[in-house]
Order: sequence, then C-alpha cells, then structure tokens
Amino acid sequence: MLILGRRLPAPPAPPLALLQGLPRLPWVWAVAGVAALLGAAILGVLVGPVHIGLGTVVQAVLAPIPWFGASSVDPSQASILWSLRIPRVVLGALVGGMLATAGAAYQGVFRNPLADPYLLGAAAGANLGATLAIAFAPGSSLIGVNLVPLAGFVGAALAVAGAYALGRTVTGLRNTIGLILAGVAIAAFFNAIQTYIQQAQTNNIRQVYSWILGRLVTAGWDGVLLVLPYVAISVAVILLHRRLLDALSVGDEEVTSLGISARRVRLIVVVAATLGTAAVVAIAGTIAFVGIIIPHTVRLLVGRSYRVVIPLSLLFGAAFLVLADTAARTVAAPAELPIGVITAFIGAPFFIVVMRSTRAAAL
Amino acid sequence: MREHHMRWAVIAATTIALTACAATSSNTPSSPAAAHFPVTITEASGAGVTITQQPHRIVSLSPTATEMLFAIDAGSQVVAVDDQSNYPPSAPLTKLSGFTPSIEAIAAYAPDLVVAADDTGGLVHGIGALHIPVLIEPAAKNLDDSYREIGQLGAATGRVPEASALEKKMRSDLAAIVASIPKPARQLKVYHELDDTYYSATSATFIGQVYALLGLKNIADGATAAAPDYPQLSAEYIVASSPDLIVLADTKCCHQGLSTVAARPGWSSIAAVKSGQVIGVDDDIASRWGPRVVDFLRTIAPHVKQLEVRAA
Repeated sequence: MLILGRRLPAPPAPPLALLQGLPRLPWVWAVAGVAALLGAAILGVLVGPVHIGLGTVVQAVLAPIPWFGASSVDPSQASILWSLRIPRVVLGALVGGMLATAGAAYQGVFRNPLADPYLLGAAAGANLGATLAIAFAPGSSLIGVNLVPLAGFVGAALAVAGAYALGRTVTGLRNTIGLILAGVAIAAFFNAIQTYIQQAQTNNIRQVYSWILGRLVTAGWDGVLLVLPYVAISVAVILLHRRLLDALSVGDEEVTSLGISARRVRLIVVVAATLGTAAVVAIAGTIAFVGIIIPHTVRLLVGRSYRVVIPLSLLFGAAFLVLADTAARTVAAPAELPIGVITAFIGAPFFIVVMRSTRAAAL
Repeated sequence: MREHHMRWAVIAATTIALTACAATSSNTPSSPAAAHFPVTITEASGAGVTITQQPHRIVSLSPTATEMLFAIDAGSQVVAVDDQSNYPPSAPLTKLSGFTPSIEAIAAYAPDLVVAADDTGGLVHGIGALHIPVLIEPAAKNLDDSYREIGQLGAATGRVPEASALEKKMRSDLAAIVASIPKPARQLKVYHELDDTYYSATSATFIGQVYALLGLKNIADGATAAAPDYPQLSAEYIVASSPDLIVLADTKCCHQGLSTVAARPGWSSIAAVKSGQVIGVDDDIASRWGPRVVDFLRTIAPHVKQLEVRAA
C-alpha cells in the first residue's frame, strides 16, 4: 500500500494469524520489567532528602513483620519512611503504571500513535474541576475527602463522556477521528473556562498551578487507598482486552469477524482507561509525557503486539515514574521540583535516543 | 491574600532580579505640602519618576502600597485601589486588577498618580503615554526596603512628616517586641508555610527574614540553593527538621490549622505539633511588606517567648 509515496512498513496480517501467531510477552522482558520496578522502588525508598542509613531502612521496613520486628529504629526516621517515603513510592508506581497503560490503551483504541491519557479532554476536565473547587470551595471536604481531587475526577469523567457523546453524533467521519476531534474541542472549551476562572481568582492562582504541574508532594497512604481500586479495575479491564486491541489495530472488521462489536470493545477500553486516568490525575495532578513515551519505547524495543505493550507499559511506566519522583525530591533537596518537569526532561531525550537507535520502523 | 507570593514566585521564576532599592532622592521637604512639588523619586529599578503637583487622585494597584498610603494619612488622596487591596476597610475598593491591569479602566479614574508593585501588562508604558506618573514599589526584601518605600510614598504624596513618623513608630514598636523576648537558650527553628503543598519563604524574602529579628532559624534557608526565595520543601525535610514553631500563612487560602497539620502523615512527630505551637496568621498580613508587619510579629512573639521560657 502506498501513502504519499512511502511504503507502509508492515503489511496487515490476516486476522487469525494476528490472534494466534503474534509473539506473546517474552519472559526475558517480563522479568526485566519486574526487575526495573523493584529496582526503582528500592532506590526510591533508600534515597530521599533526609539521609536514612541502609541498615535503618532495612530495620524499619522489616519492623512490622512479626519475629523480625525487634526494631530499635528512631521513631521519627521510621515515621518518615512509613508515612512519607514508602506511600509516595507506592503512589508513584500506581500513577506511572496507570498513565502508561492508559496511554497504550488509547493508542490501540484510536489507532493513533499520539493518543495519550489526556486525549478526549480528561486533563482539561480534571483541571477545570480542580480549579472550580480551589476557587469557589477552598478547603472543603466531602465525607472527609478533600474536594479538589473529587472535583478533578468528576471533571475528567464529564469531559470524556461529553467527548464520547459528541463523537458518536459525527457520522460523516470515521469513528475514531470523530471522537478525537470531539475531545480536542471539549478540551479547548474547558481550558477557556479554566483560564477565565484562574484570571478572575488571582488569590488562588498558585494552588491552581501546583495542581496543574502535578504533585506527589503531599502523598500519603490515604492517596494510595483512594486511587488503588480505580487503578486495579482499570488495569485489569485493559489487560483482559489486550488481544482484542491487537485485532482492533488491524481494523474494526477484524474484531467484528470474531463476532464481537468493535464499538463495544472501544467503549469498554476507553471507559476503563479514563476511569483510571481520572483517579490518578485527581491525586497527582497532570503529569505529562508518561502515557506517550512508555508505550512507544516498549513498541520500539520489544514489539507492537498489545499482548506485549500493555503489561510492559504497566511495569516500565511504574518504574519510570518512581525514578522520576525520586529525582524530583532529591535533585534540589530539601526543595521539591515539579515532577512534570522531570518526566519531560528525562523522558524526551531518552525517547529520542531510543527512536534514533531503532530507526523507528515500528511507529 | 496570595497574590504577592505568586508575584514574587513569578518574578523569581522568570529570573527578573529585583535590584536593591535605591535611596529616595528629592527636594528637602518644606512644611506646606504643595511647596514640596515638583519632586523626583528614584525607584528601586533606578528609574526617576517626577511628580509635578501634590496628587489628589491616586490609583493604587498594590495592596501593600494601599496600606502604606493610608498609614501616612494620604488615604484621602486615593480615589481607587485594586481588587486585592482589602485593608484598610475604608480604602476605595474597585474591580481594577494589579495582575492584568487595564490601562483604560485605570485612566477612567483620571488619576494624577498610579502606584503599583510591578510593571505588568505594559502598565508603565500605557499609563506613561497618558502623561500620568507611575510609581513602582516592588516587593521589599527587608524592613529597610519597606521604610524606604514608605518614605518614597511620603515624598510622592506630600506626606513626608507623616511618613517619617510612621517609620519611627514602626521601629520603636518592633524594638519593643524584640526586647520582650528573652535571650534564647538554644536557637529555635521555624517553618513558615505559604500553602498546603509546603511552599515556604527563605530569609531572602521579606516575610522569611523577619524571623531573624526574633532570633529564630528559618528552616527554608536549607533550600536556598534550589530556590532562593520561595522553595517548595519536601515533607521529609520538614518532619526531620522538626521545627519548634510552625507559622501557617495559609489559613485563608487553604484553611489550614493545628488540626489539619497534625493530621498530615508523619507530622505528629514534629516538635511544634507536639507542643501545639502551630500558629495561624492572616494570609494577607503575612504576604505584604507594609506597616502591619508589626501586627504579624506581635502575633508570633508571645509563642516564641513561651517556647524560650520552657526551653530555659
């Protein structure tokens, strides 16, 4: 097939081969992914703005386990580890894994390599919701939960629902393009309202910025518990659909030929990815770039099949964000750097290197 | 309100360094205010602003300048203040913005002097084109900057004796507060909080350096290498530093108080939380560099005294 004189790299495979013949997740890469996540987590727990010795960390981590628990760790250091550092590492892993998995899922559903978790207006919706809460109900909470993340969640969900409803009504365009255009329009509209409110409410402008730049600064176990159920459900649903995403990457007909509605697959995966994204954005703010670079790096290094891309994006996305957050809290210690700055600063050059060294055939 | 933190942060971020304030230069004042004009005031940036006649239609776009103008009895010469100038209550509050100033809206008040904290949105250029003098009184770095700005506003409004009286009063009030605190047995540590994501202010800022007057050590100074003015501190560092005193300048914006601070993960081990020395202050007073800094220190001083009596 020729498009603008360029030959497309991979001719589409017949459907049956697609579902049976493509490589499964190579175990070497599965091990590498788990090792990367574990390594990042260990580093993240060991390193921080406050120096805590290796022995102390090991003792403090083992302390809650019976029989090992004869701990003589200074309570303030133990509290720094257990109340601040470890939940932050866990939350970083959840956020990074979720964003990368959702990115891979969106790219599969929309057959668009630039799709990311913030497509369909999820980020714009979350930002608008959070800004409204900061501006008009500062400091309020609902059943003990800070209103800002809840408003962010509602905003993201509304934006995506709106984009989906709008996209469906565009019959003249191909389904995916209609959706993406609707998402872009909704995002622009929400951004306009958000900027207007921000201008009118200059008192709260810094809070809005710190929200938009992303934050794991105030992370604790309550944040982990808040996002965990959404991330678990969302990731499980996306993982279960990885084979259908492979079929969808060839065309809707391939899915239909299996007796399954392509539209339904698309809807289920989009809802799952958006639910997870909204929960994560609600706690951590908008952290750019993870949803794009991680899935593409996996594609370039390992392969295009979603049976490979989805699980590896989960593992490497988690590892990447834990590392990025470790940098965010140590590079300028005892000051914090915005995590979005780190993800783009490390992520962009790394991605360029990967792209150049693999000659980008897989894109 | 938060605007000045933000402004300062923006200024720091864009690395527009505030040059040290230059001394006011003007004609030596003579007793009838009108005879004092024309007067030329050298701004902090080094620019000279000439005011030909005593102004009677001042527009202030800076909440701190508004407080200073009213404190030197120039309030009757002020016709409009910006939407953040909420003190004193008698100030003629308008919807004018000091952030995104509208030249037309300001000009509609037919001012004969405009005072602002920053030249944002082409303010000086736009107002200057109308041949109206604009006086920029930027965020002070220390008390001397504040006194200098009060002096400049006195010269600009024909209130020189009132301005020097205010400075004298502030100096003696502050001296009395400082004198009321016994010599510390050990240096106490303070954490000044700007918002609930742990932004703080170092001693390179006005509010960050007033703690030195009370003999306190500001823990934000540990982060000056990364962010000289307003660093975002990591929670680990704050907990490990275990400040003796926590000053919350986010009571209005973020509704913080002893109970919300104590509920933060890991914060219960901090000395100030254990002893209950978590002081909520008015966000506005803590973010301005005007005469109410005396009120701010008056709020803090008794807590420092308590701590030091206990420590001794």
